[in-house]
Amino acid sequence: MEILVCIKQVPGSNKVEVDPVTGVLKRNSADAKMNPYDLFALETGLRLREKYGGNLSVLTMGPPQAATIIYEAFAMGADKGALITDRKFGGSDVLATSYTLSQGIRNFGAFDIIICGLQTTDGDTAQVGPEVSEMLGVPCVCNVRAIDKVEDNHIIVDMEMSEDIERLKVPFPCLITVQKDIYEPRLPSYKKQKATANREISRYSLNNMTDKNEKHYGLDGSPTCVQRIFPPISNKIQEKWTDSSENLSQRIYDALKKIKFTA
Amino acid sequence: MSNYKQMDEQDLKIIATFLDRERILWRDEINEEYSHDELTVERSYPDLVARVVSAQEVSKILAYANENKIAVTPRGAGTGLVGASVAVEKGIMIDTTLMNHILELDEENLTLTVEPGVLIMNLRTYVEEHGFFYPPDPGEKSATIGGNISTNAGGMTAVKYGVTRDFVRALEVVLADGTILELGGKIVKNSSGYDLKNMIIGSEGTLAFITKAILRLIPLPKCNISLLIPFPTLAQAIRTVPLIIKSKAVPTAIEFMEREVILDAEEYLGKKFPDNQADAYLLLKFDGNSKEEITNYYDDVAQICLDQGAIDLLIADTEERSNPVWKTRGAFLEAIKGNTTMMDEVDVVVPRNRVNDFVEFVHGLREEIGIRIKSFGHAGDGNLHVYILRDDLSEDKWQELMNLAMNRMYEKARELKGQVSGEHGIGLVKQPYLKEFLPATSLEIMRGVKKVFDPNNILNPGKVCYAP
Repeated sequence: MEILVCIKQVPGSNKVEVDPVTGVLKRNSADAKMNPYDLFALETGLRLREKYGGNLSVLTMGPPQAATIIYEAFAMGADKGALITDRKFGGSDVLATSYTLSQGIRNFGAFDIIICGLQTTDGDTAQVGPEVSEMLGVPCVCNVRAIDKVEDNHIIVDMEMSEDIERLKVPFPCLITVQKDIYEPRLPSYKKQKATANREISRYSLNNMTDKNEKHYGLDGSPTCVQRIFPPISNKIQEKWTDSSENLSQRIYDALKKIKFTA
Repeated sequence: MSNYKQMDEQDLKIIATFLDRERILWRDEINEEYSHDELTVERSYPDLVARVVSAQEVSKILAYANENKIAVTPRGAGTGLVGASVAVEKGIMIDTTLMNHILELDEENLTLTVEPGVLIMNLRTYVEEHGFFYPPDPGEKSATIGGNISTNAGGMTAVKYGVTRDFVRALEVVLADGTILELGGKIVKNSSGYDLKNMIIGSEGTLAFITKAILRLIPLPKCNISLLIPFPTLAQAIRTVPLIIKSKAVPTAIEFMEREVILDAEEYLGKKFPDNQADAYLLLKFDGNSKEEITNYYDDVAQICLDQGAIDLLIADTEERSNPVWKTRGAFLEAIKGNTTMMDEVDVVVPRNRVNDFVEFVHGLREEIGIRIKSFGHAGDGNLHVYILRDDLSEDKWQELMNLAMNRMYEKARELKGQVSGEHGIGLVKQPYLKEFLPATSLEIMRGVKKVFDPNNILNPGKVCYAP
């Protein structure tokens, strides 16, 4: 089975500062890491490979230093890696990112299954996976919470919906996005890290893409217009209640019920 | 017949003039949790629980208790393991959990002033948010700082940073007669007479009552990386520890853990551990100012471990990777407790190059005696936590086997030139063993010190060095 896992480098901390003038995220490349959700995608891919055989490749798009997370994936057990990097891809929104990834995937190889994390911790849209599947013309299942099995030319997965769980049989090739906690991700191995430190990775720029029209990539290919980026307002509203234990417990219960924390 | 005054309604009435009646619990109002600590089987209710909010209140209570010869037992979060906070002589229990305020962060002197009821987890979070680090890191994060000082708790980081005592600059204490006294100060050096502050640290509430502490902070290291190192056998893992120490690498923690304890923790937490390929693991943590700096430290250590038969070294270099590992480590005590009907513990400390001898001895012991014994601990500082499990043994059999196991382990620790307790303290239940470890003269001096501080023996009586 040929497995592809899409990964992304994100800021190392969720306390990212926003430049108050330009509204741009102040990214510190020294403090970057693999998107935590992608660890679950990678673990899912590794387990599929261990059980059913084949190869596991990883693909990322980002600046040259994003190669770090490809080597991290090697240390976790990935076989091959590719980095899509070109200044012309900078400023991509969800649509342009998905398009670029789909172009890169076509270059990289033919895959039975593409696995993405549910979302990223910096963008949080959860849209790139499904859009990539659309652009590749393959079926997509989001919110996969468990893999049942692989049979013949399809995979059986459990998709979590708001009120129920649907078991789906999906033909290859397909794309799934997996939930956090589907499996406990393994830790990178020191031995594998040493063994793969010089492994070659493929690098794709605009010149390598089938569609070389610049207008489809980067800022030009991004219809999204960001008006303003600002850090979320953190709410720390505190109230102090003084009353008898009985009344207080009733008030706490009522308050929790009101915000639907309890029935 | 107790040497202490039995409290009556009149005492309650008088004490209620010192502090709000709402913060006093009297007899039937006293919740069950005040009758015991986290582990020991001893149960005893105090007559009165005083939930104090100031040193002045403590002072008034102690002065009254001293005059009337009423026993006083201090209590923080009640997470002790040796019965130090059990009110064996009834009387008054002073609960510090309302004195839970962080009073001052002094960035010029690198100190933090706190009340004794501040929880360790809150203290750490607070200083780390401000870019500072309070290194002592006992497994029990919901313990109070007052309790940590009273037992001189150590925890996982002792191998690099030392123990609680190394991070206390000053204490405000209330003496048995109610005198409020400051010991030490915001000073780095101090050669001014006997160090009374250090005498209070680790005295388990028997010499004075701690009402404020000034703690020493260091700048927060910018990053840390943990290495989880699977070994085919525990013996191989443990034998590697002295070599790591000898290599001059300075990890902040060197812990050892066994598969069976990890499985207990997985069950307890309902969460999988990130690795399951080995029976034994070492867990190392390094800190520094950049990942590159840390990587340089651990390359040599990695080679040592591989030479000693480590299967691999697994790298936890982000929060989401290290959290599941350290959360599992932090849950060991509770997890083992949840896996049996009753247990007792040994918290011995041995020289670091003898840890392997002790652990291997314990392994042999469980076969020999035929009782389940689980262990984990701070391999890097020689402090081991060994738990003897009762399971479905009858009371007689349990007492017999548990005592046998305890005696054999303490005997071994003595032979290795170790001590009774690395960090949990002596409290009520470890006193018989302390007697075997220390020369009679040492115990005599300790009792003499106690008499000077507390002539009427009202402060946490019957603890540490007072068992017959």
